[in-house]
Amino acid sequence: MSRQQPTDVVARAEAFIRQDHIHEPMHDGFLWATMQRRDAEAAAVPEWEELRELASQIKEHALTHLDEYLTQFEANATQRGAQVHWARDAAEHNEIVYAILQDHGVTELIKSKSMLQEECVMTPFLERRGITVTESDLGERIQQLDGQPPSHIVFPAIHKTRQDVAQLFARTIGTAPNNDDPHVLTEAMRNNARPRFLAAGAGMTGGNFAIAETGTFVVCTNEGNADIGASVPPLHIASIGIEKIIPRVEDLGVFLRLLARSGEGAPLTQYSSHFTGPRKGGELHIVLVDNGRSRRLGMADFWTSLKCIRCGACMNTCPVYRRGGGLAYGATYSGPIGVILDPTFDEYKYSELPFHSTLCGSCSAVCPVKIDISDQIFKWRRVMANKGYLPLAKRLSFAIAGHVFAHPEEYHALQKAAAPAIDHAPHFLLYNQTLNPWGREREIPQLAKQTFREWYLAHRRSHGNQNTES
Amino acid sequence: METRTLSRESMLAAIRQNLPQQRVSHPGIPAFPSPDRPLRPMFEEHLTNAGGAAHTVGSPAEAAAKLSALYPSAKAVCSAVPEIAGTRRVADIHDPHELADVDVGVMRAQFGVAESGAVWLTQEDLLVNALAFLSQHLVVLLDPNEIVSDMHEAYRRVRLSETAYGCFMMGPSATADIEATLVHGAQGPRSLNVLFLPRA
Repeated sequence: MSRQQPTDVVARAEAFIRQDHIHEPMHDGFLWATMQRRDAEAAAVPEWEELRELASQIKEHALTHLDEYLTQFEANATQRGAQVHWARDAAEHNEIVYAILQDHGVTELIKSKSMLQEECVMTPFLERRGITVTESDLGERIQQLDGQPPSHIVFPAIHKTRQDVAQLFARTIGTAPNNDDPHVLTEAMRNNARPRFLAAGAGMTGGNFAIAETGTFVVCTNEGNADIGASVPPLHIASIGIEKIIPRVEDLGVFLRLLARSGEGAPLTQYSSHFTGPRKGGELHIVLVDNGRSRRLGMADFWTSLKCIRCGACMNTCPVYRRGGGLAYGATYSGPIGVILDPTFDEYKYSELPFHSTLCGSCSAVCPVKIDISDQIFKWRRVMANKGYLPLAKRLSFAIAGHVFAHPEEYHALQKAAAPAIDHAPHFLLYNQTLNPWGREREIPQLAKQTFREWYLAHRRSHGNQNTES
Repeated sequence: METRTLSRESMLAAIRQNLPQQRVSHPGIPAFPSPDRPLRPMFEEHLTNAGGAAHTVGSPAEAAAKLSALYPSAKAVCSAVPEIAGTRRVADIHDPHELADVDVGVMRAQFGVAESGAVWLTQEDLLVNALAFLSQHLVVLLDPNEIVSDMHEAYRRVRLSETAYGCFMMGPSATADIEATLVHGAQGPRSLNVLFLPRA
């Protein structure tokens, strides 16, 4: 089988930006407004930074004791009457789900949003086997009807205008194409989905947290769609990544205070639902999924990415994501967190993603579990460079830089030399549309007359501190 | 079920093999100071932000009258509480599908959370969980003395070992999936009214 070409994230982002003058500024504006709500919520909680640190440590504790907590979760969930399954990879997850549905003769399934089920490409798998799968989250349903993956982990259709949705619904569920009022469109989907909830033989959910101490898992939604799927059909199947484990019930207080404030700028999602064993009269299956997570746990530079609670704050704050949109990444996970997760699934295919970043560090600064996202993006660049996966333009310039950085004396010489060179370099070279797509619509900053090193050395000498100079 | 055991053992082995060298200890969760503002107005303010509303009623009769005033055209009112009879008792419901036509569901929450305006409801409070989700509108009774300040205090009160289902419900169903425009009543209840009424 030939390898898939790397996803051309630059071309895909460009397509989003250049389609018109409406989509990109709208997308940018919505996400920035969400970020401002996040900032206001964070500022209103005096212990906010302490909560972030606690969340980070609890996750690191859970991940470094993952085998113990998983077996404890399994024992408690089983004792409460849930059936726990273990899936090594996406294929096994999908087979397990299909087998459960077959056992119960289920042909119609209603599901809530689950990034893990996206990751497993579950819906096409089940549909090929004759099962009708309906997404019940509005944004996710919009994307399903449009044949697209979600572009954002919290707001799946945030890249679409209301006109886009009106046209799509007119085509697919028969609404009036010119009525683009979000209230009318939401109501139309509510009425379309309700009979599906009532007819479904099973409801599927993901899980935001799994608590070892009690065998509980928690699902957070705003629409209540996960709860309808879990409370109406007789069968509930939940797919949960093994990294979602936390030790104790009291830990939830920390995570729930952070999750919705970080992701959408609200104190909680409308519904934070706790499932401990099957409901009265129901049956509950939990599928614990690895799909590369145990391998990631062994990656010294990248294992802390498993702390992610999928809030989406890094996407909302990212200047690159906000402008280029989530579909540009061509992967299950987009935005800064996607840049560091996706290559663990396929290094070659996602080799260009780590360069889709300014390394501004805003993602790390807002992450509620303190993942050093921008540092990891930089480390992934190094991985791609070592494997020879650099994009062409970067390969040329980095080949020179690599040599220069390895020889500091040349770097200092070059730094002095480069400033006048940039002053005089023809604009078309720096902003060549093919070699440097990042140059488009940007201007290069003025270079300082004095380099930082010159300034630093001069000032350190003036403070009588030169004995540490090497 | 041999495959299940095989997958389980192979996943646990892979995890053990890849565990980071340094084991991180649990930090423990300190006691955070409670706000020095009264909790009830905080709860009401946050509930309103979440799209809900709170009302004070003096008696079960007033509660029933409030329900009628809020939802004058409601035909099917399904109740899980002794204070309000409604047109149907949830205790008589055997299959959640029977709730598909309910206009107003009535239930009592165990407590509220001031920092969010959420209320805690369990399977024991709902009897049929779908009551909280298939009903077009919800009326939730809450004892005004049963309000905790934040989620830390809330989790000291919940007993997950004693219920198969529990939910922090913060106002009605909501979505902002189309142009980030807030719409209530996405899939679940279109409105949620809390009535402050101590337990009988």
